[in-house]
Amino acid sequence: MNLIAKAKPKDYKSSVKPIWCPGCGHFSVLNALTKAFAALGIDKDDTVLVSGIGCSSRLPAYVDSYGFHGVHGRGLAIAQGLKVARPDLTVIALGGDGDGFSIGGNHFIHACRRNVNITYIAMDNEVYGMTKGQASPTTAADWDHSKLTPHGPGVRPFKPAALALASGAPWIARGYSGNPNQLARLIAEAVEHPGFSFVHVLSQCITFCPEQTDWKAVVSEREAPALTDADAAASLFLHENGFQTGVLYNAARNAWPPEQVERQSTDITEGFRL
Amino acid sequence: MTGTELSIAITGAGGAGVISVGELLLQAWAKEGGRGLLRKAFGPQIRGGESAALLKLTETERYTAARQYDVLLAFDWNNFTRFGDEIRIARDALVICEPACDPPPEVLAAQPRLLRFPMARLAADTHAEGRVNMFALGLLGRLLGLPLDSLEQLTLQKLKAKPEAYRHAAIACISAGTTQAPDCELSLPKMGAKGAWYMSGNQAAGLGALEAGVRFVAAYPITPASDVLEWMAGGLEKLNGNLVQAEDELAAINMTIGAAFGGVPSLTATSGPGLALMTESIGLAVASETPVTILNVMRGGPSTGIPTKSEQSDLNIALHGLHGDAPHLVLAPLDIADCVFTSGWAVNLAQGLQTAAIVLSDQFIGQSTAVISEPLRCESQVAGAQDNDNDYLRYRLTDSGVSTLAIPGDADQRFTADGLEHDEKGTPSARDDDHQLQLAKRARKLTTYNYGNAWARVQGNGQVALVCFGSASAAVNEAADLLARQGINVRTVSLRLLAPLQREQLTAALEACNTVFVVEQNHGGQLFQYLRGMMDFNQALHSYSRAGPVPLSGHAIATAVAQEVTV
Ligand SMILES: Cc1ncc(C[n+]2csc(CCOP(=O)(O)OP(=O)(O)O)c2C)c(N)n1
Ligand code: SF4
Ligand SMILES: [Mg+2]
Repeated sequence: MNLIAKAKPKDYKSSVKPIWCPGCGHFSVLNALTKAFAALGIDKDDTVLVSGIGCSSRLPAYVDSYGFHGVHGRGLAIAQGLKVARPDLTVIALGGDGDGFSIGGNHFIHACRRNVNITYIAMDNEVYGMTKGQASPTTAADWDHSKLTPHGPGVRPFKPAALALASGAPWIARGYSGNPNQLARLIAEAVEHPGFSFVHVLSQCITFCPEQTDWKAVVSEREAPALTDADAAASLFLHENGFQTGVLYNAARNAWPPEQVERQSTDITEGFRL
Repeated sequence: MTGTELSIAITGAGGAGVISVGELLLQAWAKEGGRGLLRKAFGPQIRGGESAALLKLTETERYTAARQYDVLLAFDWNNFTRFGDEIRIARDALVICEPACDPPPEVLAAQPRLLRFPMARLAADTHAEGRVNMFALGLLGRLLGLPLDSLEQLTLQKLKAKPEAYRHAAIACISAGTTQAPDCELSLPKMGAKGAWYMSGNQAAGLGALEAGVRFVAAYPITPASDVLEWMAGGLEKLNGNLVQAEDELAAINMTIGAAFGGVPSLTATSGPGLALMTESIGLAVASETPVTILNVMRGGPSTGIPTKSEQSDLNIALHGLHGDAPHLVLAPLDIADCVFTSGWAVNLAQGLQTAAIVLSDQFIGQSTAVISEPLRCESQVAGAQDNDNDYLRYRLTDSGVSTLAIPGDADQRFTADGLEHDEKGTPSARDDDHQLQLAKRARKLTTYNYGNAWARVQGNGQVALVCFGSASAAVNEAADLLARQGINVRTVSLRLLAPLQREQLTAALEACNTVFVVEQNHGGQLFQYLRGMMDFNQALHSYSRAGPVPLSGHAIATAVAQEVTV
């Protein structure tokens, strides 16, 4: 990786102006990401941001790296295919809670299990922002602000960190759009982790969930080092309030696929000649 | 149908090893210079259902399914009868069966030469672990005049992972079958040149793709496409490529798109249900101009349909299944050998024109194995676009419609590929002019390219034309031969490139004809409807469409055509 000497976060921003509402948490994620890139001195030409569809998934166009804005829910699949084919690249997938845990839920659990060396940033605002405020898989059961579910979704929300752990993710962190400096550190660490790294970001939707400004009162920073024991992490993720930030879990596990060994034969037609 | 043909059906329970017998017989036959086709037919059960090795030994390499069988070796009658109409016995056929059970009436009706032979007992007498299928292999090998040492050598190679005792028993039974085989006269096809290849259409399609540069495959298992993947896994390993078994077809196509975006030629393989799941993302490949090849091995549909049997009923979804205006390529290989050419061509076109190519193979050619001359390769490459402007525009509007494709790692050509409509730079745009211009650009790429002569295989001359696509080609050409014998001369047009349809070339190919039959293996006449919608015909136009699972028959087509043109 070619390091850019003394690159500043703004050097990583593209000229495309974000479509986000003023006050949207996704701005902070963009800022944290470019800050992390500057801190790592990442080469823009060797970096790819991949996303699905949603307000959050618009982010790649706002960064001056290579990018792929795909279809709803499939960013993780694109990112894994890319990384397996091009292990030399730094690949970061990102998207929203609807994109990653609902329509793309199957890809999320399998990405955790597969452990390809990519980073996944889920920008969770507990709502479908782009389609104007419907409940998502992380919305509280009694959230009754959507006409589509006037009495609230009525089902328990997912716990993304618990889901990631159960699916085999080796590295799990949580950040908050209200603390972009910490988020930048988490993203930098995630990118450097040699395997699948999951950054769950509490990123408020100011338009459809203005009550999320109250998050700052409940968000806390974890002081203790990351858990390395899956039992302890399971107990934490099942019982916490979901507002604890920091690197929460870090277990050593070999990334997939393993390095290729040189082959003895490259003749692929030999089996067809009798 | 030129020269002598001999068709042999071997039937039994799944797991009884009838397919192995068919494979080894055809391999030994091929080693002597013989030509032939092995079709595998299975019931829907995973294990223990009926299974049949359907061999057709020929003098040419034009492979249609046998219409009726000159030799039947049935390990039992229960499994045989489950095939119903799929296996018909020729008059005077040689029927070999166990003495204990009587053949069913439909077999007896053909007044066969019955050879009741206690194969199971003789195999058991030969060796404690003796297997009846190996005894049958020896017996049939003898009837075909195949050298015993060749049968033994091929068998040992096939069983190389088995324990010593198992291999020993197999060899003993083959030898016993050979020595105890009764004397029977069979008229055998003449041998051709030695040194032929032996492969299935699925393997051929995989080979064509890898030779054209594919180094990444992601897929989800589905019959009858899984064996493409099984073969490609080994091939990719040799070439330091990668194969990912994805969690579903949605992941498979998107992983394929991701790898292709990284500049690595990529392919996914599937069948109807999987293709249906992939359609949204194939549209993404079209809109983002990411080259991908989708090999769709068709089976009976809709829904789970008849998953183990062949049909050409995914043409509609391949042509029209994408939402929005999403021009893309649709191709179909015409036979087993042509799977190498067509899948290679599809990869080259997808790469060069930066779009999605759907290849419509099917279970018949995909899972049949044939003896073929070394297959023709596709040499044609699309010339790349040259961007001499200083400021790089990923979706630059060019005359050809093709823009320079940068890949991650390229210095200073950074862009975000997008399924959202975009301007030349790739920036999302909902403006009318950007939408019109980008739609026209993506359509222009495909319509202005010169596809050359490979768009179809055109054969014969006559006032009657038979137009088909993909694997129907063999049956259509067989029908043409049969019609010629009745004095009806026929031109056949087997379409290899379905989209974009080469209208001018097709019109020219049909110029001297006054009657056109569109022949296909589906219920609704999908090709017929497509051609009617896309072109004007001066000829009387007829549809011959018959759904699977029974393969298209040249005889049935010829009868239908003769009836129509001789009234
Ligand atoms: C296949 C498909 N279904 C539905 C949609 C509509 N859609 C677009 S974005 C979205 C939800 C986005 O929510 P989330 O991923 O949480 O992102 P946010 O906008 O909240 O950042 C939906 C349902 C779509 N684009 N594609
Ligand atoms: S709708 Fe919500 S998530 Fe979308 S841009 Fe506005 S504030 Fe952000
Ligand atoms: Mg959301």
